Amino acid sequence: MSHKVIVPIGPYHPLQEEPEYFRLYVEGEKVVDIDIVIGYMHRGIEKLSESKHFDQVTFLVERICGICSNSHPFAYVNAMEDLAKIEVPERALYIRTIIAELERLHSHLLWLGLAGHFIGYNTVWMWSWRYREPVLDCFEMITGNRQHYAMMKIGGVRRDIEEDDIPQIKKMVDDLVAAVDMFKGAVMDDPVIHARLKGIGILTKQQAIDWSVVGPTARASGINIDVRRDDPYGVYDKVSWNVIVQKEGDIFAKTVVRILEMYESISIIRQCLDKMSKGEIDANVKDIPPGEGIGRAEAPRGEVFHYVRSDGTNRPIRHKVRAPSYMNVASNKVAAVGGTISDAAITLAAVDPCYCCTERLTVIQKDTDKKIMDGWDLIKLSQEKTERLKNSIKFKV
Amino acid sequence: MPIQDEIKEKLKDKITNWYEHSPKRIYFSIKPQDIKNVASFLFIDLGIRFATASGQDTPKGFEILYHFSFDKTGEILSVRVLIEDKKKPEIDSIAPIFVGAEWIEREIWEMLGINFVGHPNLKRLLLADEWPQEQYPLRHEHES
Repeated sequence: MSHKVIVPIGPYHPLQEEPEYFRLYVEGEKVVDIDIVIGYMHRGIEKLSESKHFDQVTFLVERICGICSNSHPFAYVNAMEDLAKIEVPERALYIRTIIAELERLHSHLLWLGLAGHFIGYNTVWMWSWRYREPVLDCFEMITGNRQHYAMMKIGGVRRDIEEDDIPQIKKMVDDLVAAVDMFKGAVMDDPVIHARLKGIGILTKQQAIDWSVVGPTARASGINIDVRRDDPYGVYDKVSWNVIVQKEGDIFAKTVVRILEMYESISIIRQCLDKMSKGEIDANVKDIPPGEGIGRAEAPRGEVFHYVRSDGTNRPIRHKVRAPSYMNVASNKVAAVGGTISDAAITLAAVDPCYCCTERLTVIQKDTDKKIMDGWDLIKLSQEKTERLKNSIKFKV
Repeated sequence: MPIQDEIKEKLKDKITNWYEHSPKRIYFSIKPQDIKNVASFLFIDLGIRFATASGQDTPKGFEILYHFSFDKTGEILSVRVLIEDKKKPEIDSIAPIFVGAEWIEREIWEMLGINFVGHPNLKRLLLADEWPQEQYPLRHEHES
């Protein structure tokens, strides 16, 4: 295969949230194979967890992910409560659910912005992140932090949601509906986005099963799974909401799933705020018996899986953590192969992993005299489009 | 037939221990040599999603739990195998049956030193290239 050219993407780039290295094997424009090298961010948290006591582990696993920092502690406390068979006060479950859904909102908005940026829609990027700010403000109001909320605790939550804060949370989600309506319109009605994202980076249903992918990546390929519904935790079985499933498996479908999921999150938050009654927020757990427990949580990217084993001491003897991207990133091996090099960046980003970088990819295309994706045209079109939308869209609340 | 009964029925010669921690958390043990048959039955015949696997160093040997998630009912079925030979731990790879197990087997191999026979691409996943050979971070003899 003397014609094969290797295009490296990563591992380090200022645009990427985390380092990851994709080695694309290309023949002409076509990607024929891909080698994924991970491990640059390996911090040995599973090992470290064995040296922390159970309450400290909650904070440790919160540091696994900077974006969905609530999902890991949520799955961990679910695992511990499964292990020790702890009954959690209902109010605490409501608060956990609200925090988890607020997190999904800000994470999906973050992805939407970055995806927009990747295909040259910088306006979407700026707008999406602008609407993400009020969500983070809500977090600051409730927890004191924009990220790393430190809300989870084995047997409950560490802070209550104050009655005075509830109107502000409600107002924030009400305002957000209009923004999500706008993004939905911007994606669904835009022929350029259709042309750019439809039929690109397809993960078929069978491939999604074989690679055991989870979350929006699986749901966009027609697999109807969602831990929130299938193995309810928090109060997901006490509120009504829908699992968003699309059939196509392409990047457009993944985008649609995430946008529509934001409506469901908003609906869940509203219902939780209305249904939540006053009461205890902590079960005051003292001892953890020997045994093993499995806890799951549906993070914005999919199922987070925690397995904890206790030998009766105050530390876990084994703590296995599996993040959703572990399954999803691996599936890029089939999603990106067969596509063109200009689609590779958005395909790799579509599973919402740590972000791979477009810019380096573009430079290499220039160097090898390959056709360059008309990014400037796309940005221009996007600006016209958003300008038109600004004037025409009727916000419905 | 509920999925648990179907598994108990079909795998009755292979299951050596069955434990229900709670209605949705089921653990059952099999012999290491049966893992390919069992994994293929669960994943292909019953269509149960593979969630992950977790390896552990125990005083009796290396234990691997293969966690399968049956999403229709939210049950997690964890298949437990115990590899007693601590000197040269080996088990058949399930990655040839479904590709989703490829990474986790690589991880268990580098972290615990369990060899997965028949794995298509058994190389390091997370550890750096400079990490010394034959040093396995999750083995417990390294703790002292």
